Amino acid sequence: MTELLPANIPLGLYLILAGLLLPLLPRVLRPLLLLGMPALLLALLWQLQPGAGASLPFLGLQLHPAGLTAAGRLFATVFLLMAFAGNLFALRQPSTTELAAANAYAGAAVCVTQAGDLVSMFIFWEIMAIASALVIWSRASEASRRAGMRYLLMHLLGGVVLMAGIAGHIMDTGSAAMTAMKPDSPANVLILIGFLVNAGAPPFSAWLPDAYPEASYSGSVYLSAFTTKTAVYVLLVCFPGTAILVPIGLYMVFYGIIYALLENDMRRILAYSIVNQVGFMVTGIGIGTEMALNGAAAHAFSHIIYKALLLMSAGSVLLMTGKRKCTDLGGLFQSMPLTTLFGIVGALSISAFPLTSGFISKSMVAQAAADQHLVWAWFLLAAASAGVFLHAGIKFPWFVFFQKDSGLRPPDPPWEMRLAMLLFSLLCIGIGVWPELLYAILPWPVDYRPYTGAHVVSQLQLLLFAGLAFFVMLPMMKRTLTISLDIDWFWRKPGRALGIGLLDLIDVLGRHADKLWIAGIRLAGRMIGQHHGPDGVIARNWRTGNTVLWVAVLFSLFLGVFLFR
Amino acid sequence: MNDRHWLYRKQTIRWLWIGGALILLATLVAEALIPRKGHFPVESGFGFNAWYGFATCVAMVLLAKLLGVWLKRRDDYYDD
Repeated sequence: MTELLPANIPLGLYLILAGLLLPLLPRVLRPLLLLGMPALLLALLWQLQPGAGASLPFLGLQLHPAGLTAAGRLFATVFLLMAFAGNLFALRQPSTTELAAANAYAGAAVCVTQAGDLVSMFIFWEIMAIASALVIWSRASEASRRAGMRYLLMHLLGGVVLMAGIAGHIMDTGSAAMTAMKPDSPANVLILIGFLVNAGAPPFSAWLPDAYPEASYSGSVYLSAFTTKTAVYVLLVCFPGTAILVPIGLYMVFYGIIYALLENDMRRILAYSIVNQVGFMVTGIGIGTEMALNGAAAHAFSHIIYKALLLMSAGSVLLMTGKRKCTDLGGLFQSMPLTTLFGIVGALSISAFPLTSGFISKSMVAQAAADQHLVWAWFLLAAASAGVFLHAGIKFPWFVFFQKDSGLRPPDPPWEMRLAMLLFSLLCIGIGVWPELLYAILPWPVDYRPYTGAHVVSQLQLLLFAGLAFFVMLPMMKRTLTISLDIDWFWRKPGRALGIGLLDLIDVLGRHADKLWIAGIRLAGRMIGQHHGPDGVIARNWRTGNTVLWVAVLFSLFLGVFLFR
Repeated sequence: MNDRHWLYRKQTIRWLWIGGALILLATLVAEALIPRKGHFPVESGFGFNAWYGFATCVAMVLLAKLLGVWLKRRDDYYDD
């Protein structure tokens, strides 16, 4: 079947085209495209043979936009699964813009996983930035317009840094290939920074919890999956074993926990926990052994599914109640039993309870840290695992579905949304029960058994005692109507004031423009008169001797420059 | 108070605490029965995961509370 496809067209491009065609289709036919296309591409992906793919000459470079590696196939698989379930969840989404942009976004992410060179990767990287900003904007509220603009500016800045790095890298090495590199040249450091901006690494973590909760009930489900995990993928391919990624990842892990503990908006809690989970993956990539890289890849796979599931349950609550703050929610389990159940499955998975997907993937990163005798990293990862249960595993379901009775009695959401949540719940548990299914498609052979008696007991102890800590400390965790300042304060407050000041200055100059203009023309006229007028320096006749002298000086300078160049 | 969901009743909550305590105890008993070899010396002691999970979570909540003093603002802080 795949031999019918042009060899140099990446599969994701068909999903981008599907997104662009969507607005032209009548509404009744749209589900066919929204569900059929990701399913078809997933089937095609597994027909493709791994390899560099056809080469495409471009500006003297050989591009490989449609290659396939084991790691790329793993990420493409979960991206397409995500596109399918996200589209199922969003079938009733009235905004055509959101659905079109979301599929272009997902398609571009799939294209990144097939890119064999930095240039193709960059093109789809930027399409992702624009399409994802459109997903945020399609909610069409003032808050989403502003958040989307901040989000886009951050990603375009990251894109510029990345582009500069790629150009420098090609100049340095003569190659645009997507291969492992070290941050040993300015160009490579720029590439690393460009990747890390999208991963939500410090100091640019704030774009994620700022923007994602401002999308629609279904938009944030898409957003949770692609940008950060594409960054994880490119870090995995280009910077495996880069030591600096270990402290960066550990910082992200605790940043996510602390901010999520302070947060009141249910979807922002989950957004902070994306940074936290990506932190585990970045740490794994920094450790860099096969076990660690497999762990990072497996965790990205599990994470996309359970985080989408969590955001689907939060999105269902948002759609059915119109409320998003923990202070307004509570007691929903009484009328939304299925949403509660699916939310709990997602919460148990993110917490890495045995028999869920998180348990069999996250523990690989910790195991790799132990194997490499990274004592501090191991202890911090263990504390973070307990912290995940605290900030996402219990906090999210507790404050949304249980705690006080808010008096709200919304029903469960429509059947498509329930079906999408059921599908991902089954995947969370299926991967947890049969880990070998996931292990079989990881980039390297896996020699790891997650289900030993000791590991299960240790993990249960860690998590259940973390749960005890939650309920003991509950009086201290009372939700307040607050947000928490982050590093983005610098550009949202003083930076904004500076920008407005500059605009005011330009405004003042503009209002006095005519006076300034006339004064400027007078000054210019006087200067021109001085130099070009009848007695001006330039208008005077030059003696032949002077001219010859100057020509001689210029020639000798020219000669000198060529001699010592 | 009988119209409240059974999960909100005082009696149920008491039973949940008792059940929870028994489950916590069961994990400690299980550790005694299943031999465990830790990666590092500190981690190899009995009940490590129990006290470590509890203590680090209490520490994280306290740290968040402390940072909240500086970082928390009203949620319309950035609205003009």
